[in-house]
Amino acid sequence: MRLVLAEDSALLRVGLTQLLESRGFEILHAVDNAAALDEALADPAAEAAVLDVRMPPTFTDEGLRAAITAREARPGFPVMVLSQYVEALYARELFASGTGAVGYLLKDRVSDVAEFAEGVRRVASGGTVLDPEVVAAVMARRHEEPLERLTPREREVLAQMAEGRSNAAIAQRMVVTEKAVAKHINAIFTKLDLPVDEDDHRRVRAVLAWLRV
Amino acid sequence: MPVEPAPRAPTARSASRLRMTGYAALQVLLFVPTLLAFVLCAVGGALSLVVLGLPLLAIGMPLLRWTAQRHRVMAARCLGIEVPPGPRRTPPGEPLYGRLMLWARDPMTWRELAWALASITIGFTVSLAFLVLFLGIVTGLVWWYGTEPIMRGRARLDLMFLAYGRTERLEQRVAELTETRADVVDHAAAELRRIERDLHDGAQARLVALSMSLGLAEEAFATDPERARALVNDARTTTSAALTDLRNVVRGIHPPVLADRGLAGAVQALALDLPLPVEVEASLPGRPPAPVESALYFTIAECLANIGKHSGAGNAWVLMRHRDGILQAIVGDDGAGGADPGAGTGMLGVMRRLAAFDGTMTVASPVGGPTIVTLEVPCALSSPKTAPSSVSD
Repeated sequence: MRLVLAEDSALLRVGLTQLLESRGFEILHAVDNAAALDEALADPAAEAAVLDVRMPPTFTDEGLRAAITAREARPGFPVMVLSQYVEALYARELFASGTGAVGYLLKDRVSDVAEFAEGVRRVASGGTVLDPEVVAAVMARRHEEPLERLTPREREVLAQMAEGRSNAAIAQRMVVTEKAVAKHINAIFTKLDLPVDEDDHRRVRAVLAWLRV
Repeated sequence: MPVEPAPRAPTARSASRLRMTGYAALQVLLFVPTLLAFVLCAVGGALSLVVLGLPLLAIGMPLLRWTAQRHRVMAARCLGIEVPPGPRRTPPGEPLYGRLMLWARDPMTWRELAWALASITIGFTVSLAFLVLFLGIVTGLVWWYGTEPIMRGRARLDLMFLAYGRTERLEQRVAELTETRADVVDHAAAELRRIERDLHDGAQARLVALSMSLGLAEEAFATDPERARALVNDARTTTSAALTDLRNVVRGIHPPVLADRGLAGAVQALALDLPLPVEVEASLPGRPPAPVESALYFTIAECLANIGKHSGAGNAWVLMRHRDGILQAIVGDDGAGGADPGAGTGMLGVMRRLAAFDGTMTVASPVGGPTIVTLEVPCALSSPKTAPSSVSD
């Protein structure tokens, strides 16, 4: 899979390139500023992007803006956004830019190489990956619709779905059978009034409903 | 509080003869309350040593305040100037004893007392004599030519007591600045100590642990690869914890989202992290200077954190706007009320920081709610920032 990589720190850029290449990704462009990133994203050969939020010239949130712009130009273009810190506000903006194919992770998560690579792959195939820290922040807003309708167990499953875990992974974490997880997920879909659809899309929609976007 | 413009500059047209005559009548009528207030305060003050005087003061002081303020307004109108500032305001809900202490410490209280004495003697005589002259219409000429000099004379006499002179106002300002500067220096030093401690106990300690794990792993690789793997895994967990610590330290210094999005965006982000719905409304056509922005952000954050912790509120809201050179932020909730702004060191810290910019905080929190905190800082807004992602060029 051919990726665009944007990261202004040379050390991290080289590290990420090595890491992703070792996991079978091809780095098409590795850039270090917003202007170069825009050019790289215009390359039709690019299949997904891994972006840092804070980059030159202003060192604020150009990575995030570039991701949203790229998804406006190419709807559904998979983007994994990495950052030194995560904000529920930014997660909301990112997830509002079309359905699915979005990831938003703390940079530290890269240290779990296998899970990170799996996350990039899941995003590239249309799924969502949300950092556990954002998930925890959103979970704290338990009084709100539509979360209110869910049982604590269902909320837990939904949080894991938001983090981008598969049914099998959720089952293993919660120490239940996969069948039980599937049951919970179906209950979530029903309670959130999500129409019958291809499984992955419903998962993404459930997460979106939960983020209130 | 910012220095008021010198009150001597004529801003309004001075009152007419007829109105001045009316004032004279009012001043004669106010003789009784003023006398009463003076006696109550004098006797109350003397008896306060044996507690007995306190109730007398509790009645006498507000009465004195009231009649002094009436005279202040009349004098200002006679001279055609802005009404000079009166005594310091006492916070609502302050217990009687605290209020009396605040009054005693305010130099204006003593000026008002001295004024009362002058008012019931010279002032009263002047106004009464003038009225008598006016009522004896025969002396119409005296009224025509005498009203202004006499009433202005009386007004100057009143204001000599009831308004601070320029030097005194400047002295007060210097005292305020000295106090807030000392607070700011203290606050900054305390912040640095806190950051040092956080780094020392957090990230630094974890990096030491990390380096130890890696050292042990290095040795174990040859003999016990399984143990080495476990150590490396430990090292990774420790790294994550160190990064989390660093992130928290950074948030405490200057939250990245504040740098990215300004006050409105950062407060929005704060609101999203709160366990209750918070409505954020901002109409800020630009950004305040960075230190003001940061001080306001941390104050609002503290208010919101308190709402989350104590108020038991179901809803909260933040309104931010800028008008007449003042940036105003209002934080409200529908909780139980009864909030004490002085409680908690966190709130005191942010209030001191705000005070350095002449910022003020007023809290209205009746028991039963709602609680409304109003923050005001005089400042100019910079022109709106252009979109930072100038990616097209």
